[in-house]
Amino acid sequence: METRATRIVLVVWVIGVLLFLFVPIATIIVFAFDRETVQAWPIEHYTTHWFSVAWHDQDVRDSLWLSVKAGLAAMFIALILGSLAAFAVHRFRFFGREAVSLLLVLPLALPGIITGIALQSFFSYNSVMLSLTTIIIGHTTFCIVVIYNNVLARLRQTSGSLMEASSDLGAHPLQTFRYVTLPMLSTALIAGALLAFALSFDEVVVTTFTSGAQNTLPLWIFGSIRTGNQLPEVNAVVVFVLAITIIPVAISVRLTGGGGVTRSSVATARD
Amino acid sequence: MTTAPSPGGARISAALWRRPWLRASLTLTPPLAWFFVIYLASLAVLLLTSLWSVDPFTNNLHHQLTFANFREIFTATYLRIIWRTVVLAALVTITDVVLALPFAYFMARVATRRVRAALFVAVLLPLWASYLARVYAWIVILTKGGTLNWAFRHVGLPEPNIGYTHTAMWLVFSYIWLPFMIIPVYTSLERIPDSLIEASSDLGARQFRTLRTVVWPLALPGIVAGSIFTFSLTLGDFITPLLIGGTNSNLIGNVIYDNIGTANNLPFAAALAIVPIVIMTIYLLGARFLGAFEAM
Amino acid sequence: MKPPRNRRPRWLPTVLALVAAVTLLGACGSSAKTSTPTPGGTSGTAGLKVPTADMAPLESIGKGEGKVNVIAWDGYTEPEWVKPFETQTGCKVNTKVGTTSSDMVSLMANGGGGQYDLVSASGDADLRLIYGGDVRPVNVDLIPAWKDFHPFLQSPSFNTIDGIHYGVSLQFGPNTLLYAKSAFPTAPDTWKVIYDTKYKGKVTVPNNPIQIADAALYLSKSQPDLGIKDPYELTQTQFAAAVALLKDQKVLVKKYWNLPSEEESLFKNGETVVGASWPVQTGNLKKSGFAADDTIPKEGATGWADSWLLATKAPHPNCAYLWMKYISEPRPQAQQALSFGETPANRKACPIMDELEKGGCARLHADKPEAYYQSLQFWKTPLAQCGDGKTDCVPFQKWVAAWTEITG
Repeated sequence: METRATRIVLVVWVIGVLLFLFVPIATIIVFAFDRETVQAWPIEHYTTHWFSVAWHDQDVRDSLWLSVKAGLAAMFIALILGSLAAFAVHRFRFFGREAVSLLLVLPLALPGIITGIALQSFFSYNSVMLSLTTIIIGHTTFCIVVIYNNVLARLRQTSGSLMEASSDLGAHPLQTFRYVTLPMLSTALIAGALLAFALSFDEVVVTTFTSGAQNTLPLWIFGSIRTGNQLPEVNAVVVFVLAITIIPVAISVRLTGGGGVTRSSVATARD
Repeated sequence: MTTAPSPGGARISAALWRRPWLRASLTLTPPLAWFFVIYLASLAVLLLTSLWSVDPFTNNLHHQLTFANFREIFTATYLRIIWRTVVLAALVTITDVVLALPFAYFMARVATRRVRAALFVAVLLPLWASYLARVYAWIVILTKGGTLNWAFRHVGLPEPNIGYTHTAMWLVFSYIWLPFMIIPVYTSLERIPDSLIEASSDLGARQFRTLRTVVWPLALPGIVAGSIFTFSLTLGDFITPLLIGGTNSNLIGNVIYDNIGTANNLPFAAALAIVPIVIMTIYLLGARFLGAFEAM
Repeated sequence: MKPPRNRRPRWLPTVLALVAAVTLLGACGSSAKTSTPTPGGTSGTAGLKVPTADMAPLESIGKGEGKVNVIAWDGYTEPEWVKPFETQTGCKVNTKVGTTSSDMVSLMANGGGGQYDLVSASGDADLRLIYGGDVRPVNVDLIPAWKDFHPFLQSPSFNTIDGIHYGVSLQFGPNTLLYAKSAFPTAPDTWKVIYDTKYKGKVTVPNNPIQIADAALYLSKSQPDLGIKDPYELTQTQFAAAVALLKDQKVLVKKYWNLPSEEESLFKNGETVVGASWPVQTGNLKKSGFAADDTIPKEGATGWADSWLLATKAPHPNCAYLWMKYISEPRPQAQQALSFGETPANRKACPIMDELEKGGCARLHADKPEAYYQSLQFWKTPLAQCGDGKTDCVPFQKWVAAWTEITG
């Protein structure tokens, strides 16, 4: 449909946006090799010293591991709760349905600092000690939203006739769920889980208010940028993380066929 | 694949089938319980706290309900800050929509499968490079001796010198939230069936007309969904104004942050926090009206 | 056949109402805990009681619990001096890094929440922690090195109230005037330069409401008829004058720095040439090859001093005391001072600093006479209670509000 001119404009635009997205990333990578801790351009001395520092830093390893644990836990709990919520909102008409769907967006729609101080006050009023558990609770709260959105979008897209056909063929609801619904949802779940994990992994605002004597990786970074004694080390750590995550991200994008939403060639019936 | 359903399993399924409200409750209760017990309860406590005050002598919380905090917010200093934050959030949202639309369109409708996957990876990848590190990188880029000035100087143009200005904040916010706009816009553009576009040109509409009357309305839910993120994230962020802003750069987020901790004025911070909650609630209701909840 | 009726879950609205009720009840009930201060607190200043003043401090240090959880500034618990401690005492040190004073106060809420043992808070946060009941009395007899501290740091008003110690002084530093040698070939001798329109757009000062005290300090010398004696105890008129000065200063300021690294970046990238600073920045800038130096102008300076405060609900009190005992000794004091860029509380650290780094003692002003240190006005949380019995001084909450107005 698009004219040739339009296509050219689009390609140029895409390249421009990609540059915009990646110039800061490139900056981070380049400055990881800066010998000086006070960063200025141009760089006078290049060194790989900071990569070795980052590699041997026990605090980095501990906080990285904690981030992974928190992210996985939040992701799994959110997968369950988010899917349940999506099913409920999609399938049933119950009292307060509109309110619930509005409610379930709040954790992402409201600024993180509000969620953070609200949760912190809540925990302290109930004398709950801040720990990995409270971090996970905080993260799960917004991860649920991501999963919920993805699953709901997919449920709306797929026709209910498939599930009816399944029960017509003699399967009872639990079987239908296992053999029909779940495979249908799988890519939406994976896409949602990936995004949820990414959000949790990089989350700093809510985590500062809900963490105890632990550091996730963003908290470690937050503490390290204060005196500026280790800025190149922070960059080196980010480079490591990027290098590690490129593969899983690429794999999951391929698995979900580019976004987890398949293009339908028939106009979707809105129910 | 066919297995005979176990008798116990069949009984449970049958019971659930006959009682839809039971199924509804079972699916709804766990997430709802989580939300009510943890999230809403804490928001309610926050709301309550905003109506309290702190005694300047004893530094204890006064439990008398008072609107003093809100009265103080409605003074020039804070109103200016709120206005500045809202305007900035709006500008950032518009910028991101403009940047994201053609990008998402290309991804959804023009790119080949492989290119689309690569672009998707490219959009997601920055989310994994710590938010803090990316903001810090912008300091290096925008500052006086930074790479932006250096680049302009190299091509003979005058240095823009936008370090620690409102322009810098707008630029950095637009950058950080861009992936959150691209993804929902892509999702809604992706869903437009080819047949619709073909029908439109069959009926005689040329490219621009089709884009305006067919594509745009269908993309709107995704745009509104993305705007919820960009708007609310800007409304509450306190790290970027702290690092990137110069003078006259207080935003709602960092004023809230300043009032907790050493200032020990949780009631006032809570009252300030109500402002973005109110703004976002209005925004959300408007978004629902525009159908954004279909597209997130 | 009629499909089964979708009956609404009637329990939903009821549950909603119940939960709302429970929440509000819970909030009112538990907040009652925070509203009444524990009876029997001593009043440090009129109307203020320290909730934990009557808690008996430890009599003797018992067996270590195996670990100690501390909240500290980044760079305060480096392996260089932590490892020997861990080997000696068997107490493993777990550090939670605080980014700002506010951050530390938040972390220490509820007496450290039963998680943290110690916090290395600066003077602007100390009183907040003490009057908030988050820290408890410390027995300085169990810290032998305390006797070797500078006299003014043994029982300073920011960690000792009515003779009761709530922590041990750790290190301190002046709020220096940092200048780029390119703009100032010789060191400026007055704070006037950061209020001078000559340097419009090239000044930077900390983004901290306590900065109002710096303006007050300058005014105490430049406008003596305002009668400012203590820059943290300001009457309404004195406060208004300081605020006016700072509002005038705003057009000169390029950025209010929040983190030392920001100020370092501002100077190195040529954005600013003069500003209020700490010795840390000077050290880092010099290390990265930038020509800058700092000085204490003739009007004197404010200063910050960090203390290790003991959490009310410290789960590992013995290890906490062992740490306070260790870190107060000359060698760890010297190591930390040189590493971070600050001045030790222990007078005996100076020769060791020179042993570890030639000229180290002088670089960090640890060799000055007592009179020099007396001239530093250390941070303390401004309260409504003025020291002289009056209660019309401006409390810190108003400082915060004024600062928001100043910075815009």
